[in-house]
Parts: sequence; C-alpha cells; structure tokens
Amino acid sequence: MSATTDLHAIAMRPRDESARRARGRRRHLVDQAVRLFCLIATAIGVFFLASILVTLIWRGAPAIDLTVFITDFRPTTYGEPDAEKGGLLHAILGSFVQAGMGVAVGTPIGILVGTYLSEYARQTALGNAVRFVSDVLLSAPSILVGLFIYQLVVLPMGGFSGIAGGLALSIIVIPVVVRTTEDMLTLIPNTLREAVVALGAPKWKMITLVAYRAALSGMVTGILLAFARIAGETAPLLLTSFGNNVVTWDMSKAMASLPVTIYQQANSGFPDLIQIAWAGALMITTGVLLVNIIARTLLRKRI
Amino acid sequence: MKSSAIAPARRSSGSFGDIVFEWLCRGAGVFVLLLLGGIIVTLFIGGLPAFRQFGLDFLTSTRWDPVEGREQFGGAVAIVGTVMSSILAIILAVPVAFGIAFFLTELAPPWLRRPMGTAIELLAAVPSIIFGMWGLFVLVPFIQRNIQLPFGDALGTLPLVGFLFQSTNFAGTSIFAASLVLAIMILPFIAATMRDVFEQVPPVYKESAYGLGATRWEVMGGVVIPYTRISVVGGIMLGLGRALGETMAVTFVIGNANRIATSFFDPTTTIASVIAMEFPESLAGGLQQSSLFALGFLLFLISFIVLASSRYLLRPRLKG
Amino acid sequence: MNSETQGDIAPQAAATGSFGGMQVRSDAVLNTDIRISIRNLDFFYGAALPKALKGINLDFPNRQVTGLIGPSGCGKSTLLRVMNRMYSLYPGQRAEGAVLMDGVNLIDPSVDINELRSKVGMVFQKPTPFPMTIYENIAFGVRLHEKLSKSEMDQRVEWALSRAAIWGEVKDRLQANAMSLSGGQQQRLCIARTIAVRPEVILFDEPTSALDPISTLKIEELIDELKRDFTIAIVTHNMQQAARCADQVAFFYLGELIEVAPAAEMFTAPRQRKTQEYITGRFG
Repeated sequence: MSATTDLHAIAMRPRDESARRARGRRRHLVDQAVRLFCLIATAIGVFFLASILVTLIWRGAPAIDLTVFITDFRPTTYGEPDAEKGGLLHAILGSFVQAGMGVAVGTPIGILVGTYLSEYARQTALGNAVRFVSDVLLSAPSILVGLFIYQLVVLPMGGFSGIAGGLALSIIVIPVVVRTTEDMLTLIPNTLREAVVALGAPKWKMITLVAYRAALSGMVTGILLAFARIAGETAPLLLTSFGNNVVTWDMSKAMASLPVTIYQQANSGFPDLIQIAWAGALMITTGVLLVNIIARTLLRKRI
Repeated sequence: MKSSAIAPARRSSGSFGDIVFEWLCRGAGVFVLLLLGGIIVTLFIGGLPAFRQFGLDFLTSTRWDPVEGREQFGGAVAIVGTVMSSILAIILAVPVAFGIAFFLTELAPPWLRRPMGTAIELLAAVPSIIFGMWGLFVLVPFIQRNIQLPFGDALGTLPLVGFLFQSTNFAGTSIFAASLVLAIMILPFIAATMRDVFEQVPPVYKESAYGLGATRWEVMGGVVIPYTRISVVGGIMLGLGRALGETMAVTFVIGNANRIATSFFDPTTTIASVIAMEFPESLAGGLQQSSLFALGFLLFLISFIVLASSRYLLRPRLKG
Repeated sequence: MNSETQGDIAPQAAATGSFGGMQVRSDAVLNTDIRISIRNLDFFYGAALPKALKGINLDFPNRQVTGLIGPSGCGKSTLLRVMNRMYSLYPGQRAEGAVLMDGVNLIDPSVDINELRSKVGMVFQKPTPFPMTIYENIAFGVRLHEKLSKSEMDQRVEWALSRAAIWGEVKDRLQANAMSLSGGQQQRLCIARTIAVRPEVILFDEPTSALDPISTLKIEELIDELKRDFTIAIVTHNMQQAARCADQVAFFYLGELIEVAPAAEMFTAPRQRKTQEYITGRFG
C-alpha cells in the first residue's frame, strides 16, 4: 500500500522547470545543427549538379556549330590550323541506329516478360525467379554485357559490328521495359479485367486490347527511359561496335557511337578533338535530360 | 435472338489464342533466365584458361604483365581498387544522401520539394561518361591544385594516418578522384530510395512522436529511421552495386596504374577500367583476354551478391 | 408492413404494393419457366478454406428479377460469380455441382467459357469504362462474337445505348472518351455494353452501391424495363432495393440459402427465423 502511494508521490512531484528548459535548449540546438547539416548536404548535391551542367554548357556550347553536325571524323588540326575541322555526324548516326536497334529488339521482349509477370505469374516460383533475374540485370555492370556479346557475336562474326552493339544495348533495354510494364499492368484494378472477360473476351484479348491500352502511357514512358539510358552507355559499345571514323549504315561492320567517340577523342590529348568531345557530351546530356523530362510529364499526366 | 443451347466442347479461337499468348509470355520469361545464365557461363568459360593457369594466385597476385613470353596476370590490384573505391564512395555519399532525403521529406518548403526532387532524379539520368569528362577536366585539376598540396602538407605528417595523404603522384588522377566521382554518381540513387522510403512511413507514427513533444530530428532519428532501417540499408547496397560496376566515370579519373593505392592520391585501377582499357586491343583467345574475362566473372560475382542482398532487403518493404 | 397486392393478376403483370412505404414493382406470380437452375452447388475459395457456398439449390425464373440478399460475406456475390465462371481467373478457386441452363451444366469444363459469358452477362459494382471511345466500348464486346458491317454495328450500338436509357445523353459524342462520363452514366454505359452482346441472362453485382440516389433510381427503373427481354439476377445489400426491383428474393447467410420466396411474401411473411431477423435489422 505505501509502496504504491510512494510511487505516485514520486511521479507527481512538481516539475523541475529549469532542468527542463536546459534540456529543451540543448535539444533545440541539436535539431538546428541537423537542419543545417541537411541544408548543406542538399546544397552540395545541387552544387555538383550545377557544376556539371555549367561545365557542359561552358565547354560544349562554343563547339556546337553546323560542322559538328554534318561532318564525320577528321584528324586533329593541331599544328595545321587550316586543316578541315572534324565533326560527330558518324557518331550521332551510329548512336541512333544502334540505340534504335536496341529499343526495337529489347522492347517486345521486355513487354512480353512484364506481361508474364503481371498477368500469369504474380506469385509463382518461376515468376519470382524471372523478376529477380530482371532486377539483377537492371543494375548489373554494363561492361559485362559487352563481354558477353563479344563472345557471342563479335568473335563468330570476325570483328566489331553495329549489330553486336545493338544487341548489347537491347540486353540493357529489356529489364527497364520489364519493370515499367509490370508496374503499370499491376496498377490496373481487377474489376477492369473482369469486366472485359465478362463480355466473353479470351484472356489474351483482354490483355492486348484493353490492359495494354490502359497502361499505354506508362509503357511508353518505360521505352523512353530505356532509350535515354542506352543513349549514354559507353562500356558495352566499346567492346562490341568499337568505333568507326566514317558515316556508315552498314551494321555488319564496326560502327561509331557518341559515347565511345567522346571517350576516344577526350583521351586523345588534342584540344580541338577534346572540344568536339565536349560538344558531343552536351548533345547527349541535353537529349537524355529532355527525354527524361518528357517521360516524367507523361507519367504524371496519367497518374 | 441466337439459339439458346450453349455449344459445349467447341475449340474456339479464343482458347487457342490464349495458349499461344501464354507460352509466348512464358517463353520470354524463360529467355531472360537463360540470358543471365548465358552471361555467367560466358564469363566463366572465357576466364577458364586464366583460372587454370594461375589458380588462386589470380586473386592475390598484383603482377600484370602482358609482355609476350613472360605473361603473368594477377587481379589483386583491380579487385582491391574496385572494392576500395566503391566503399569510399559509399562513405562519402551516404551522409549527403541522407541529408538530402531528410531535407526533401521534412525541411523543404512544399513549393521547393518537387523541383528539387526532380533535379536530384535528373542527376541520376546523366550518363556516366559525362561524369568522367567532368571528373577529368574539372575535378582532377582542382584536386591537383587545391586539394593534394594543402591536405598533403597539413595532414601528411600526422602519426598514424599521415601516409594516407602522401603520394608521389601529382597528376590528380587518383582513387580519391574516382571515389568522389562515384559518390556523386550514386548520390541520387541512394537519396531517392531514402526519400521514397521515408515518405512511406504512415503519418500516424510521426504524429504520435510529435504529439509527445519531440523535435523534428528526434522524430526522424527515433521513429522514421528505425522504421525504415532495412530499406535504407537496401538502398545503400543498391548504390554500392552500381558503384562496383561503374566503368566510364572511373576510367577517366583513376589513373589506371597497376598498383594498390596506399594513399588517397595514388592512382590505381578497377576491374571495369582495366577491362575497358585493355580489352579492345587484346588478342582474341590470348591469356590477357582470358584474364580480363576472369576479372569480369569476379566482378559479376561481387555485384551479384551485393545486388541480390539489396533486393532482398528492399522488395518486401517497398511493396508492402 | 402491409402489402397490398391487387388480386387476380395475370402472370407477369406488375403488382403495386408497399413495403415500409416504398413502391413494390414485383410481379405477383413467378414464372414456372426456369432459365437457370442451380443444383447442389458448393464453392471453395481455396483447398484449405471452408466452403463459401454450401449445397445451393435455386431456380431463376425466366424474364424475371431474382434478388439475392444477405449480410456481408454470406456468399451472394460468390454465387453470382459462379454463374459466369468468373472464378476461373483465380487459381485455387473451384465450384462443384450444377448450374443448369437448357440442360447444360455451365460450370462443366467442356462448356466454352467465352460462349457462356456471351450468354450470361455481368454488370459490376464499380463502373468500368474501357479506355476507349463510347462507341468503341459498346462495339468491343460485339466484335468478340459477331462480324457486323459498319452500319449494322452502328445500329447495334444505338440499340444498346437506347435500351440502357443513355442514348439521348451520348448520341452526339460517341467518339468522346468514355472516362469523361459521370459515374451514373458510366454505369449505364457498362449496362449498354453488356446488353449489346445480346445475352439471355444479366447478373448485377451491387450495381448501384457506388452511385448517387438519382442514378440509383434510374438504374432500378432500367432493370424493371430490361426484364421484359432478359432474365436478371441482382445482388444487393439494400433490402429496399430488393423490395423495389425483385420478383423473387433469395436470402443467404454464411454460405447457405436460407429462404427463397416471391418478394411480397419474403418481406411480409418470411418463414425462417433468420430471414425475419435480417429483414427487421437484427443483424447485418
């Protein structure tokens, strides 16, 4: 009896106001310190982003002129100021062609796999395995994809080729499209599926005629994001299509691409070639950021 | 109106279409599995000659000698460089990422949240070669001029850790540069994952803590972080996985020297860089190329373990 | 709770009466011609789970409305979804017994499921307009089963939208996106979509629970109209709605059919105690 009244008495003792205030001040200081830290951290992040963009524009913009878009590779003009200036036409075309192939080959496969995961295998063992593998491929080092295609395509073909490059890129496209397709399809409520099937539609028509339509903007976003991602990939192309100095549509031979060309010219040591490399860097970044922004606004409009 | 009898047992085009489509989708799924299997097998077979020739020494030897007649390849430098640079990148990136995530979810005024979030995500979309260029032409000279000398002088004489800041290499291309560039590259991924996970904490939890009189930071540290701890670690491992495989950003700035870095300012190399630099010109079927495949296989092993763990930590929480 | 039925009515003539002050539209006498006959139906949501439906025996009279009532989870929606084999979408769910239509057991695997669904249509609780134009929404189902020329399709679309009492509101914007319609309009669109396929039976699964009172009334009037051509089953958790719309009412409880009777009888003189308790609001 007296024990409980003791506890009660202890608990109900009047507050020690000054100690509480001191604690409060300390806690407040800690809170402020952490806020400051977060502010600084964000500023750091923004600072680096700004630095990169500013550098790109500062170094790349002066090099952007008509020549860069319509000429292919010319050797450096170092020591010969009157020599013809080079450009990136071969690289731009090569990038478009190989990225185009990557998207053309990878997208249908990615959509089918995403459909499989969402409509046929949400909880099954095989489905979980495929989902896991797709996620691993999504973040795996892209240079290993280059090694793989080298063994599989480059060696049998006897040399580097645009086809090998396109195939390497398609492997990178697949997991991106799988992820967005699956996510978009699983968002569709079951009532819509049931309503289609209730009319007597077979499952495959329900998927292709209605579900795909309902998920369309999300799937298109996925394709855009995949395109933006492979547009900037260097390492796999370095090992598969390597590079070429002339404009060519022949995909069975080595082909240039913007990232690889930038890499090669930036490391050449010649200022004019480096300048052109910056122009290419600015081009890629602008393109990639634009596509990302478009993809995002598309996605936001639907949701 | 149609006849009222229901046609039994008729093979309509619907069910045939269903069977075909299902097998198409399932086949595509199996194809993805075979793809991964194919990559693993190819890397392993490609590296087999090197594994046979050098055995376990491949993992520990630092000799990398392509000269004909006395070829000897050991992957220790590349392996150590890969792991060191990635871990350093994580150490640099995680606190900043956390700060950004906290800022975005709690401190930023509402009008600022969306544009800032978008800005961070756009940073994630920038191709790695751009980071490489920026690293080589902006960061490296900066390190050369403004960091290595003063830091080296000031900290190089410290008793235990001094050696970390002393180097005979003054080119600026170093493991420090590589780690810094990597850190900036993985920053948006980790920050975005943290932010997503923080936002998923049910408001009720936070409100209960505020209701008791906790400050912002106390709610963060006492409620949000413990609740999301597992996913946060998963996000960090995802960043680590990406850093391990990064090629272009690192190749530009790491110096590509075959020695293990003992100082922040020493040059070294990573698996991805050495493959990028030496593979295109290596002889098909030769021992050097095989060693590069072997390194690729090891890189795959390391990333696979990290990525698989990250996924295991992330998936159930995010979807749940 | 008095019901005043006009005596000596020819079969299928509408009866007026009141139940708790509400208008009763039911037919005084049930047809002896049975469209669908359920015999000993059991349903399982999963192998390890207890039966969701236990030994159901129920007849659906031709061209009349059968209302299914009962508290949440009693199995009324489950029964509806057995009738068009909606459970085939979900592995692990299974039905045993017979759902007989013209002597054929609909749940037998040998019966073509898409054919079945073209004869037994369903309208869901949540309006589900397809992401297409209004015209396309209606044409979609028709195209699955018939090949019509453009003018034939136009006629069918107009017919379906008219029967669903929405033609006047949409005839000038058939190419508009179906998502732009209001909730009540969307539901009538879904009804039109189901009618367009010319089924013989239409199943309504709580069709008005997501709608406002005015739309609800419109749809109830619609159902009264539709029963001239279609056999109708309607699941509702609103007893007044069952009283207004149904000719025959079946009361379910915990997966069993407790009682089935003509509407007037069910709400004035139920035979089972459970039925009486439910109707007087003792539970559910």
